Amino acid sequence: MDGVHDMGGMHGFGKVEPEPNEPVFHSEWEGRTLAITRAMGYTGVWTIDQTRAGIEELPPDVYLSSSYYRKWALRLEKLVVALGLAGADELKEGHALRPGKALKRKLAAAEVPNTMSRGSFARPAAAPARFKPGDRVRTKNIHPQTHTRLPRYARDKVGTVEALRGCHVFPDTAAIGKGEDPQWLYTVLFDGRELWGESAEPTLKVSIEAFEPYLEPA
Amino acid sequence: MAHDHDDHDHHEHRSELSEMQLRVRALETVLAEKGYIDPSAIDALIEAYETKVGPHIGARIVAKAWSDPAFKRALLEDGSKAVMTLGILNRVGDHLIAVENTPKLHNMIVCTLCSCYPWEVLGLPPVWYKSAPYRSRAVNDPRGVLADFGVKLPPGTDIRVWDSTAETRFIVLPMRPAGTEGWSEEKLASLVTRDSMIGTGLPKQAREAA
Repeated sequence: MDGVHDMGGMHGFGKVEPEPNEPVFHSEWEGRTLAITRAMGYTGVWTIDQTRAGIEELPPDVYLSSSYYRKWALRLEKLVVALGLAGADELKEGHALRPGKALKRKLAAAEVPNTMSRGSFARPAAAPARFKPGDRVRTKNIHPQTHTRLPRYARDKVGTVEALRGCHVFPDTAAIGKGEDPQWLYTVLFDGRELWGESAEPTLKVSIEAFEPYLEPA
Repeated sequence: MAHDHDDHDHHEHRSELSEMQLRVRALETVLAEKGYIDPSAIDALIEAYETKVGPHIGARIVAKAWSDPAFKRALLEDGSKAVMTLGILNRVGDHLIAVENTPKLHNMIVCTLCSCYPWEVLGLPPVWYKSAPYRSRAVNDPRGVLADFGVKLPPGTDIRVWDSTAETRFIVLPMRPAGTEGWSEEKLASLVTRDSMIGTGLPKQAREAA
């Protein structure tokens, strides 16, 4: 999706402003929003790719004007309603008006220490990897209306495969309920000038993590 | 007029906070009453993010790599596997990748599409990492971004930016500061800042040791 979330190379956002001694959360509701999202993820009702798509599909003005955790809270409201887990009327009321659905599992406090590491997205491969380190590749010029992890600035560009990173769940299909369709993942390295033209610093190098369907031989 | 505008902003800010508190409370209540979540697990998750994970974990990994050449080789070869040998984490994701800074090359990590970050070893990302200015500029003006952090690299140091666009996660292995020969890992770890492991900062110098 060619949305405002795909920010690499955009101009006009100003300086980066680090905050000295930044707290982990700036308000109590931020921590609760993160934790509720994680606990709902644990039940298996959605994939990480569906949740990323949920943020990207917020209206552009809302995306740009909302804090990080406000976006998370808006996504949570939208996903629980879209998946039929709760009604908009219940969120408005602040109480359940109907019984819940039966979900696969529920996160208990005692289980929390075991959920603090990343899940595994590695999957067995259906076919050998098409590319190897050193291969020249061109990223495809794709503009899907749905979720993709190929950023705009790195489309239709020639780079070099630097490493093979295993075979993983393919976000482009997982995000839209079309299954995991595992794909090989590569680190692809580009010269700054290939991405940004003459304005780039001559020695700049930028890499992306690119799934095999994004690439063709160059 | 400027004064009126300020008042308006403050009012908006306050009302957003209370609006969000109410909306999130409604969400939590409904989802708990539906039986999907347990509020005590929510409390435990928040406590874990606030107190258990954080850049102190990454700092120990870096200090170990500075002290132990065999560990450093293993870390650069397979970050996930090497980190597990330290016994400080129960589990780590499959693809933690450590990238080494040298006098000729400075590495910087970004996620231009969202906020991918190595939570297990650095904790939750700071606001600036998730912000539009960082995500937009890191890939085409990394030296300008470093200047925002007050960092100027020596001439002859090239920059490599890693855009975390998949489930692989990156941590920068910064250069060991001069004058730290013979230091304990604990003392070395006190020099390792969060930003030095993202690539937007450098480790503290020996004289700044805790």
